[in-house]
Amino acid sequence: MNSNYSMGLPIAASTFAKDIDFGLKLIHVAMLVIFVLWGIFFAYLLVRYRRREGVAAQREDDHGLFSTSLIPDIVVLIFEIALISLYAIPVWSRIKIHSPKSQESNQVALVAEQFAWNVHYPGPDGKFGRRSPDLVHFSNPIGLDRDDPAAQDDVVGANELHLPLGKTTLIHLSSKDVIHSFFVPEFRLKQDAVPGLTIPVWVEPNRVGHYEITCAQLCGFAHSLMRGEVFVENPEEYQGWLKAQAAQAPEPAKAPSTW
Amino acid sequence: MVTHDAAHDQHAQAPSGWLRAYVFSVDHKVIGLQYLMTSMLFLLAGFGLMLLMRWQLAFPGQPIPIIGKLLSPSLAPNGVMTGEFYNALGAMHGTIMVFLGIVPLAVGAFGNYVLPLQIGAPDMAFPRLNMMSYWLYLPGGLLMLSSFILPGGAAQSGWTSYPPLSIINPGQTVWLLAMVIIITSSLLGAINFLVTTLNMRARGMSLWRMPVFVWAQLVTSVLLLLAFPPLEAAAVLQFMDRVAGTSFYIPSDLVVLGLRHRASGGGQPLLWQHLFWFLAHPEVYVLVLPPMGIVAEIMAANTRKPLHGYKTIVLGMISVGVMSFVVWAHHMFISGMSPILSNFFLVTTMIISVPSVAILTCLIYSLRGGSIRFTTPMLFALAFLPMFGIGGLTGLPLGLTATDIYLHDTYYVIGHFHYVVVTGSIIGLMAGVYHWFPKWFGRKMDDRLGRIHFWGTLLSMNGVFFPMFIMGMAGVSRRLWDPTAQAHNLTTQHLNVVSTASAYLLLLFQAPFIYNFFHSIFKGQKSEENPWQATTLEWACPSPPPHGNFEKPPCVYREPYDYSPRGCERDYIPQNVEAA
Ligand code: HEM
Ligand SMILES: [Cu+2]
Ligand SMILES: [Cu+2]
Repeated sequence: MNSNYSMGLPIAASTFAKDIDFGLKLIHVAMLVIFVLWGIFFAYLLVRYRRREGVAAQREDDHGLFSTSLIPDIVVLIFEIALISLYAIPVWSRIKIHSPKSQESNQVALVAEQFAWNVHYPGPDGKFGRRSPDLVHFSNPIGLDRDDPAAQDDVVGANELHLPLGKTTLIHLSSKDVIHSFFVPEFRLKQDAVPGLTIPVWVEPNRVGHYEITCAQLCGFAHSLMRGEVFVENPEEYQGWLKAQAAQAPEPAKAPSTW
Repeated sequence: MVTHDAAHDQHAQAPSGWLRAYVFSVDHKVIGLQYLMTSMLFLLAGFGLMLLMRWQLAFPGQPIPIIGKLLSPSLAPNGVMTGEFYNALGAMHGTIMVFLGIVPLAVGAFGNYVLPLQIGAPDMAFPRLNMMSYWLYLPGGLLMLSSFILPGGAAQSGWTSYPPLSIINPGQTVWLLAMVIIITSSLLGAINFLVTTLNMRARGMSLWRMPVFVWAQLVTSVLLLLAFPPLEAAAVLQFMDRVAGTSFYIPSDLVVLGLRHRASGGGQPLLWQHLFWFLAHPEVYVLVLPPMGIVAEIMAANTRKPLHGYKTIVLGMISVGVMSFVVWAHHMFISGMSPILSNFFLVTTMIISVPSVAILTCLIYSLRGGSIRFTTPMLFALAFLPMFGIGGLTGLPLGLTATDIYLHDTYYVIGHFHYVVVTGSIIGLMAGVYHWFPKWFGRKMDDRLGRIHFWGTLLSMNGVFFPMFIMGMAGVSRRLWDPTAQAHNLTTQHLNVVSTASAYLLLLFQAPFIYNFFHSIFKGQKSEENPWQATTLEWACPSPPPHGNFEKPPCVYREPYDYSPRGCERDYIPQNVEAA
């Protein structure tokens, strides 16, 4: 996994990662150009107009409101309008606004808590079993109702997210306690998990590998230790893994009556 | 309220008695200096907390040298700080720096001392209210600091205090109480500045003859006045959630560490974020507008020519102020807020950069044709331009929704806003200290020490904050007690060492400043009324000004920066001089 990282951006492992990288690179090149040009101009002014004996300051006429100083502004404005309309809005819409339909994609629910990522797969039937906060228990951290028929084949785990290569996975992101943030640097994907909300997040991994999940929103004393791993596998391998997990699923556990 | 001339008579008599003169004084100059000393101490305290954190970031798990032994074992067993303590230091660093350091220094100290002088007023409009602002600020600040030794400890949910974490974490109640007191203090100050600026100007001081610094304070006051009440209300609601069992911010069905949370539920965590950032974005401009005003003053005086585009700068400040109320949710692009709503805040965020660029452009153009004196305050003012520029530029990929997905909550953000508030605001405020020191104390600060301070500070500040951009690009998150716990942080961990070493260097380079400051108060070279040959009114009264400021009410005859007028022997004409 460590070879995924460097002093720059981590390797890119999702379909939209390259769009985000493009923006990052473009903006940083532009920033560099702007800064260097301004810097040269600034240095020139400082040297050229330093105080010298017998040379008085030359007072310019007041240009009022619309002076030549607005030219850089117009350039910046045009650049920004282009960035907004040609880059930011289209890319943002694709990643965050247009979530894929649940019927058409592989699905998984991520339930964050202090300080772990619970993973809930619907299993072969494609249906998530009912979850209830009343059923939450040490042995059942997401409160899955094993009496629910849809829950029979569900797979529950923690801190390990398996995803099929080249398929869109829809992640239903939620939190049990405080706000966390699901962050996979290699996917360039980040989304807060807010208690009380279930937020749809999607990703299409395009590179087999082993990546890191971290929490990007302060969530308590062990925030920095709240991490997990993503395994991107070929679809057959992924299906095999899922089947093996489903076979191991525990017997329906009754909820403790009081706690 | 008092009218201008009546105020003059009333204040002609200096107060008698040590307590009335120095402690519970109603003189804006004394209050300004009280704010100056207190806020600089808070800045130092906030910096000290960060120096502890920087050790942990560079050498996680290793005992803090010397200080580690002095800390209570519950905070740092064997000298290694706990995650709780790290979070407490982080939350308090942010809170102290913003609300107890920079704002009181920029507004309470510079605003209080300089603004009435620059508009030719004998004092603030409400001197007693002014005294009350300070006497709310100090106890509020002390209460905030004291939370470290109170039973629950200090707040540890970040300076942003997002619920539900802030509701279930210890220490937050005192934070909220202290915030309510501090906010009240700022609100009283804002009303006072507003009324003073609008009603107490000297004869002839029309709005378009006000120095840029006065404009900056005016816009700042409006921002404080409009933005703080929602935060104060929000803080009271959070307080209720903690002590009265309300659930304004707590949703139903919370399960914390395996236990059902007892709150009734039905609340909204995101509500807090909207209310918080509705204040906290304008707050950013509260942190930068006054230093910008200071930089403008110093540049005019040291280029010996009028500012380029005085009106553009002022209108730029006003539009930045107005726009700052409609960009708040750019801090919430990935909070779970509607992603469609994000598009609106994306557009407003890009629009607000237009007046900011205009202001910066005008300041740089002001150098053209000048006769630049590289005095110590001018060095700081000049450094403000490119450094603040980096802060502004790096806001671009954060304001663009698409790239913010990756950069949000990383060290890139920390780098960005510290370039704005440290190499921007603090550098600007330092410039102001050197510039107005002769007015405050009648003596000058030493130039050689000033230059050492300048170069050392500039260099080490960049050493602290520049590596953060690289770390952010590599995906390192902020607020990490142990960065090495995450594999993707390891490739840039050595930059944490660079940053920490630079932070200690930065501390070292404040020594010449502190020595220079106190030494010069007593032993500095005596300064005349107007040592910089400047045009604005504060230089037309004695240094330091007596009680009541001006011997007789000044009259204003010209624009603020009449430098190098044509056909005039002197290269400046003060605002209160009628004919060349
Ligand atoms: C001059 C020395 C300073 C240094 C070395 C410094 C360093 C840092 C660092 C490393 C962090 C990130 C901590 C973390 O993510 O765990 C941080 C956070 C922060 N700093 Fe500073 N800082 C300085 C001055 C300031 C100033 C002047 C301000 C104020 C306006 C400020 C405001 C903040 C805020 C608001 C945070 C976020 C706190 C939070 O996460 O809740 N800092 N600082
Ligand atoms: Cu977390
Ligand atoms: Cu903002």
